[in-house]
Amino acid sequence: MASDWLLEMVGISKSFPGVRALDDVCLRVRAGSVHALIGENGAGKSTLMKVLNGMYRPDAGEIRLRGEPVQINGLKGALDLGISMIYQELNPIPAMTVAENIFIGREPVYGRSGVVNRRKMNADARRLFETLGLDMNPSARLSSLSVAEMQMVEIAKAISFDSEIIVMDEPTSAITDREVEKLFEIIRTLKAANKAVIYISHKMNELFQIADEMTVMRDGRYIDTQPTDRLTPQSLISMMVGRRIDEMFPKEDVPLGEVVLSVDGLTQAGRVRNVSFELRRGEILGIAGLMGAGRTELVETIFGIRKASAGQVRIDGRPVAIASPRDAIRHRIALVSEDRKLMGLNLRASVKDNVSLIDLGRYCNLGGVIRARQEVDVVRRQIDRFKIKVSSYRQIVDTLSGGNQQKVVIAKWILTDPEIIILDEPTRGIDVGAKSEIHKIMVALAREGKAIIMISSELPEVLGMSDRILVMHDGEVTGEYARADFNQEAVMASATGNH
Amino acid sequence: MSMASLAGADGYGTKVRQVAARYGIYIAFAVMFVFLSVWSPWFLTFDNILNILRQCSINGIIAVGATLVIITGGIDLSVGAIVALAAVSASSMAHPDGYPVIVPILVGLAVGALCGGVNGFIIAKGRIAPFIVTLGMMTIVRGASLVMSDGRPVINLSDEYNTIGGGYLWGVPLPVFLFIAVVLIGAFLLHFCKFGRHVYAVGGNELAATVSGLNVGRVKIGVYTLAGLFAGFAGIILSSRVMTGSPAAGAGYELDAIAAVVIGGTSLAGGTGAILGTVIGTLIIGTMNNGLDLLNVSSYFQQIVKGIIIISAVLLDQYTKNSR
Repeated sequence: MASDWLLEMVGISKSFPGVRALDDVCLRVRAGSVHALIGENGAGKSTLMKVLNGMYRPDAGEIRLRGEPVQINGLKGALDLGISMIYQELNPIPAMTVAENIFIGREPVYGRSGVVNRRKMNADARRLFETLGLDMNPSARLSSLSVAEMQMVEIAKAISFDSEIIVMDEPTSAITDREVEKLFEIIRTLKAANKAVIYISHKMNELFQIADEMTVMRDGRYIDTQPTDRLTPQSLISMMVGRRIDEMFPKEDVPLGEVVLSVDGLTQAGRVRNVSFELRRGEILGIAGLMGAGRTELVETIFGIRKASAGQVRIDGRPVAIASPRDAIRHRIALVSEDRKLMGLNLRASVKDNVSLIDLGRYCNLGGVIRARQEVDVVRRQIDRFKIKVSSYRQIVDTLSGGNQQKVVIAKWILTDPEIIILDEPTRGIDVGAKSEIHKIMVALAREGKAIIMISSELPEVLGMSDRILVMHDGEVTGEYARADFNQEAVMASATGNH
Repeated sequence: MSMASLAGADGYGTKVRQVAARYGIYIAFAVMFVFLSVWSPWFLTFDNILNILRQCSINGIIAVGATLVIITGGIDLSVGAIVALAAVSASSMAHPDGYPVIVPILVGLAVGALCGGVNGFIIAKGRIAPFIVTLGMMTIVRGASLVMSDGRPVINLSDEYNTIGGGYLWGVPLPVFLFIAVVLIGAFLLHFCKFGRHVYAVGGNELAATVSGLNVGRVKIGVYTLAGLFAGFAGIILSSRVMTGSPAAGAGYELDAIAAVVIGGTSLAGGTGAILGTVIGTLIIGTMNNGLDLLNVSSYFQQIVKGIIIISAVLLDQYTKNSR
């Protein structure tokens, strides 16, 4: 039976105890095309892809490859059928080399000896990188690479299986624009070779750049599939959220107060060079730049996680020495870090224990005994204020969606009543609804007279939310723009160092 | 997936798993208890139950400290040796014509806390793996107790001193009350105090704890000091009960304590666990030893059974976690 479709997933349903994760979902993908799969977090995209890669067995429905029904048995089974996947979360083995990571489990060996033929493995990896146009050393240890480079290794690995169908789940969440361009080139090559790419992303501009068709999911259900040229970002968003969002960024103009933070010639060996800027009350200062531009390092230096090698930080005009996060917190600075799972949250603890952690002493008597009722009251108020969706304040944070986890981090920091709030990629990897809520929270905080620094790699977000933009490139500030002069091309030029 | 908490109308098997996940260890203990009551006429008697509790008390006291350490993601291998050093140093102050009984008690506790504090300090400031530091400390402390006692057990202890481990209150052995007291202290610190919350925070995600402004080093020094203090207390009780401060005492106790903690559902990865689980873990080990004695199983064979139980407990834990 011939078919137009390379892959058909028809009527797929999957339930977990108490939750219907997928309800009669369909996905049809053509060979030689890029098919975007879109939906808010929790819409069921990842679950659907886990059905496709054999991790979950569907309760109902059929999967067909070139019209032939197939059973997918585990990850290995999926690979054997020509389906490979790049995961949203990286699982590299840091102590092993690039080539070892790529060929793990299928290392070339001498004859049947079981001894790894390292030379051939490295050569294979080098050839792979050449075809992908990547400049990477196969014998470098993974631990020596940046997150972006690790992501490229992961992509190379998925492609090395020579699969017919390649699923990319948020492949650009950790890479720079230059590498995104490289990735898109790779995707176009794959397309030309008549492979199918299923592309999951929250980034509108990418979707419209690369996708041929888009399938939208919502709340575990299939909504629609359309060719890209019949869609607009507006129509796509309203399909995703089931309501129209007229205003993508809720930025309001707030009268700016006096300078609260001033940074003068701040340098952090090798990463941040001679950065100076001022921040006023009520201001949202956006910091744009590519991955590796030193933005995270800059704010981590201000916050005392990294040691400054030169420069001066003043708060309310007075010079301060911040040598640790404790010092920073004492100076009423908050840092919502880039990687909430790494630095922001204790995933094994409850929402309550996370939210109240920093200033727990405030809810304790002199002997250090927690006043439980007061703590719960305060946490409940934060949950309400930030509209965190939880079954109870006792819910373990690990079980929350990314957007809700991020709100927990924000709720936790706002509870310390900071004057300076640093948000490093506050909306990375979270769905449109939660994103917009976080933007509203930022506006409300600015209105209260808080001073906000927001690092973002999404240009529309920086342009939409900031009063002023600082652009960094290679550790230095390469541009500064007031809201009236915002210009996408100019910011991009500064970020790439072409100013 | 992490949906089990939402429960629902799904399969019977899932429900069994959910129940097992929450109460598995209690059910296992209850089953064991009922089984032994039926099997042996001597098991379910007042005297035997008190006997079990007394036998549990020393391991239980050490295990409370081990729980704190393990929740921070650490491990303490030195507590068994600390039992010996505390036993020897307390006993040598407990001569019938010597100091009042409070002196050997304070000396034993101080020795334990000091050893633990040194562990914590090196782990926190030197950033060395707890396994290594406490392994080294284990050898040092064992050596110190041999040096101090010249390799001979300290005997001839006062009657007052003997009361600590050998006395009774309302017909119940004193160590049982001491065990309960340490459990209450441990549970209070861990579940009701800021300190306990910080213990979980450090074990759950040390980097996040640091970024949140916690003094991680102080938390670590705190838990190892408490582990040492409780081990010192156990050493006092032990030497008092057997009327001997033996430099060979406590060998392998660190592993029994870790076993109790692990059987009680505290993960060696840190960040999770509770004192109540450790109490049950301790009781399971104690009841099992007692039951196997009553059933005339040789002590050689008992070791095999104990090992099987430890592994099974963790397997059960793993199985129920995967269903979540």
